Amino acid sequence: MKVLVMVTASGADEDAVAATEEMFTEMAAYNQQLAEAGIMLGGEGLQPSRNGAKVVFEGGSTTVVDGPFTEAKEIVGGYWIWEVRSLEEAVEWAKRCPTGPEGIRGALEIRPFATLEDFGDAYTPEVAAQEEQVAATIRATHGE
Amino acid sequence: MTDARRTLDAVWRMESPRLVASLTRLVRDVGLAEELAQDAFVAALEQWPSEGIPQKPGAWLYGTARHRAIDLIRREQNRDAKYAVLARTLPDAAPADAVVDDPVGDDLLSLVFLTCHPVLPRESRIALTLRLFGGLTTDEIARKFLVPSATVGQRISRAKRTLAEAHVPFEVPQADEMPARLGPVLEVVYSIFTEGHNATSGDAWVRRDLAEDAMRLARVLAALLPREPEVHGLVALLELQASRFDARRDGVLLPDQDRSRWDRTLVAHGLASLDRAVALGRPLGPYTLQAAIAACHSRAARFEDTDWEAVLALYDALAQVAPSPVVELNRAVAVLHADGPTAALVAVDALRADPRMVRYHLLGAVRADVLLRLGRSDEAAVELERAALLAPTPHERTLLRTRAAEARGSGAPRRTTGPRSPTS
Repeated sequence: MKVLVMVTASGADEDAVAATEEMFTEMAAYNQQLAEAGIMLGGEGLQPSRNGAKVVFEGGSTTVVDGPFTEAKEIVGGYWIWEVRSLEEAVEWAKRCPTGPEGIRGALEIRPFATLEDFGDAYTPEVAAQEEQVAATIRATHGE
Repeated sequence: MTDARRTLDAVWRMESPRLVASLTRLVRDVGLAEELAQDAFVAALEQWPSEGIPQKPGAWLYGTARHRAIDLIRREQNRDAKYAVLARTLPDAAPADAVVDDPVGDDLLSLVFLTCHPVLPRESRIALTLRLFGGLTTDEIARKFLVPSATVGQRISRAKRTLAEAHVPFEVPQADEMPARLGPVLEVVYSIFTEGHNATSGDAWVRRDLAEDAMRLARVLAALLPREPEVHGLVALLELQASRFDARRDGVLLPDQDRSRWDRTLVAHGLASLDRAVALGRPLGPYTLQAAIAACHSRAARFEDTDWEAVLALYDALAQVAPSPVVELNRAVAVLHADGPTAALVAVDALRADPRMVRYHLLGAVRADVLLRLGRSDEAAVELERAALLAPTPHERTLLRTRAAEARGSGAPRRTTGPRSPTS
């Protein structure tokens, strides 16, 4: 099963977590372990939320909120995609992730990817055809 | 199964390959090493639920198993010559952590060269590799291959005995032996994948599950042998093929697949692995070439956009390094799309005399496609009917009969479909 693992932390703590060389080294070693275990399919880190924006739909209106999102309880700082045999295995790997500085609350959220079966009847042939068109455009543009 | 048990199973799968590998180096016997590892796991089953899982489960398991190994060796050294030899070489000084965290992964590599050793029959290699290098239980392996658990158990114990009797050394091959020794290892991983890929019985879950096991083993090998292009080539080949599982469900062939159903994460990872294989700058081997062919399809937005010139050139290269009539047949499909049906018919007909192809249903299926493109639909129908008689599964039989009826009925050319080849 393929899972998305989101690295999250409190928005209020975002600036408190200045990345140190030690953190990078630890994280690199952890990534190496994931690769050696054959489960790592991909992953990337994100810039701080002050460089981002949110588009919010609520009550029929659309508003744009610029970062930082200091009030957010959990903001995503990066992600991995793993292929594991069970949720338990993903949990065990996540538990081995290097932790940030003391006093900072961080969380790894693990979510299995939906498969076609999960979408059920909502995934009609029309939707499938539309997706195929989108995918063809993406492949044509990005050569993959 | 309780949550704690499922967690322990996950830990076992994560830790047991390295654990068994390190213990094999210690006791020089893979069977004994596995027993020691299992004993340590039983101890974990007793202690962890109440005491909690230790910070470094692998080191805990190794420490426990090593402790038992040393006890056993000391106890037996006066009675058994084998243990007497081991007792003289006991590496008492090595801290438990250092062995488990072995950065090079030499023990793990030695283990996989052992479980894939040519002295073992093919099925034993597969079972032993999944069990020791993949961390699967005998029951899990039995379920995946739809055979009784006892059969797998016997295969595994016989394999361990064979390895011990043949005194197969526990070591990583020297650089000059590597290509020859790596071949059987990659073949085992590829066999596991194709067992899943081509499974004619069992449900989709079984197929995907085995394929995922194989991809994982291949990725572990790639991390252990980053300078070996064919390992990256194998990773790429498996991932690019697996990326189409959803789209090829119920036997939908490449030209008719809904490409939006391709798994884009696997495509991206597979293409990156192919790049790594090619970037090593050595002559391309059969796995890398097949991956490169698969990549031509992955890169095409629609079937019509396939770069058939490139596919044909890659098949030419593949036919050089791994000549086989099946490769030639797939090459003929590329000829059909690159150069047209007249050239393709020559290529296909060159294969008809080959005794290995006489009973191969896809030869007739491909020949029928070529004949249809030439407007010779009656001959195509005859080919398809004959191919249906040779088809190994009821599903393929039905598909071929349907196509035969279409060819017979309309006489109109239909969309051509390729064989279920390494590229589909």
